[in-house]
Amino acid sequence: MSDAFVEVDKVDLAYDEVSGNAIEDVSLSMKEHEFIAMVGPSGCGKSTFMKLCSGLRRPSKGQVTVEGREVSGPLKIVGMAFQNATLLPWRTTLDNVLLPLEIVQPYRASFKRDKEKYVLKAKELLHSVGLVGYEDRFPWELSGGMQQRVSICRALVHEPKLLLLDEPFAALDAFTREELWCILRDLWMLKRFTVVLVTHDLREATFLADTVYVMSKRPGRILAKRDIDIPRPRELEVTYTDKFVGIVLELREHIGRIRKA
Amino acid sequence: MKQSKLEKWSSWIVLAVILILWEFICRAFQVSDFIFPAPSGIVASLRQYAGPITGHALQTFWSTMAGFVLGVTVGVLLGFLVGSSRLMYTALYPLMVGFNSIPKSAFVPILVVWFGIGTVPAILTAFVICFFPITVNVATGLATIEPELEDVLRALGANRMDVLIKVGLPRSMPYFFASLKVAITLAFVGSVVSETIAANEGIGYLMMSAGSQMRMPLVFAGLIVISVMAMAMYAVFAFLERRMTGWATRGMDARA
Repeated sequence: MSDAFVEVDKVDLAYDEVSGNAIEDVSLSMKEHEFIAMVGPSGCGKSTFMKLCSGLRRPSKGQVTVEGREVSGPLKIVGMAFQNATLLPWRTTLDNVLLPLEIVQPYRASFKRDKEKYVLKAKELLHSVGLVGYEDRFPWELSGGMQQRVSICRALVHEPKLLLLDEPFAALDAFTREELWCILRDLWMLKRFTVVLVTHDLREATFLADTVYVMSKRPGRILAKRDIDIPRPRELEVTYTDKFVGIVLELREHIGRIRKA
Repeated sequence: MKQSKLEKWSSWIVLAVILILWEFICRAFQVSDFIFPAPSGIVASLRQYAGPITGHALQTFWSTMAGFVLGVTVGVLLGFLVGSSRLMYTALYPLMVGFNSIPKSAFVPILVVWFGIGTVPAILTAFVICFFPITVNVATGLATIEPELEDVLRALGANRMDVLIKVGLPRSMPYFFASLKVAITLAFVGSVVSETIAANEGIGYLMMSAGSQMRMPLVFAGLIVISVMAMAMYAVFAFLERRMTGWATRGMDARA
């Protein structure tokens, strides 16, 4: 498969000798611009999978290839966001978003020189997620949903090719969550980065992703792959159609079987 | 409104009540000045010896500050070392706890043998007594970075130094400033203890010699001067803490 952007080939990962494999024999391949979602019961190694993709962890067995090269260390082309917004409380919203540019090359070298340009870029990004006029506020002055939007902006400001999201909306209320789905959908339609979304929420996975993978209990294996053939652009109303509900039920059945096993 | 005003002045009211009670008890039971001087006697003594007291107070103040600055420097460096590496933490921490549990007055005779009687032992005693809380606090701030945040930065190719400077250091600032408040008061303890044992200058020396002449009002005057200096410096660092790391106490500010 020459068009694969991320290629995971028969990967095992054990954090140490005692606890056994966190994930086992995982193989999948992602095309560039693809949006995939990983669902599965708690502790099934979904976050471990993310660490593999980002290069934070190396597999114990098998190999991970991104852009045709084997991953051997942190990839600078990834952006990450987590369930906790993990914003720095001493930085304003704007400065939080600018943080990756202070670290990752090539922005780092020219950060002082081109700061104005980057500030503009960060502001644009903040505006695109609906945060206007909050640039100079501190994280604790924002609601949970707003913080999460800032966190997503921070993950995207350096224009990563691969966006890794670890249950980013899990701590939000249902309405805010759906609002953020749409924001993420729009950003993705616009910039077309590749996304790995780890989530517990089957509706979320179905609404956003091109492909959903279902993982088993620890040690995590991929049990099922489901292509979501709902045409884009998708509006929230699509989540109430029979087709959508059918897919969610199908995924739910897989999870139910895992939990019983 | 009235409640908050009361809260603002409450500590002064308590102080006033204690002083009045103290004065009253001393007079009512005719307690001798040689045993337990009344506030009025202490104030008289403060006035009478204002010149020499100021001289000794300045001596103590500068010794304390010198020791404190040393303590902050060493404390921060050690804290940085211990907090940024697990190996260093495991290797150094037990030793530091052991060192810290030695009563610091026990160092004074050794310091006197090495450096002679005077200012140097006072500075060094202030130093050894005040660096530990700074080290512990800075190390704690550095060691408790959220793993997710570290992942975000490491995935971008940040090295250890980046993580420490962008996240670790600012994160440890509230801990650092909190420890400064503790350290400055401890530094006064250190310098005065040393002066009491071995010095020809400073408030500690003044109290020692006044005590040996049974001039208790002057001894108490010395106590008050130390306490006022330490409280003033505490207030300075509390102010700095609020200015520099207001983000860490925003919950309290919101309520105030």
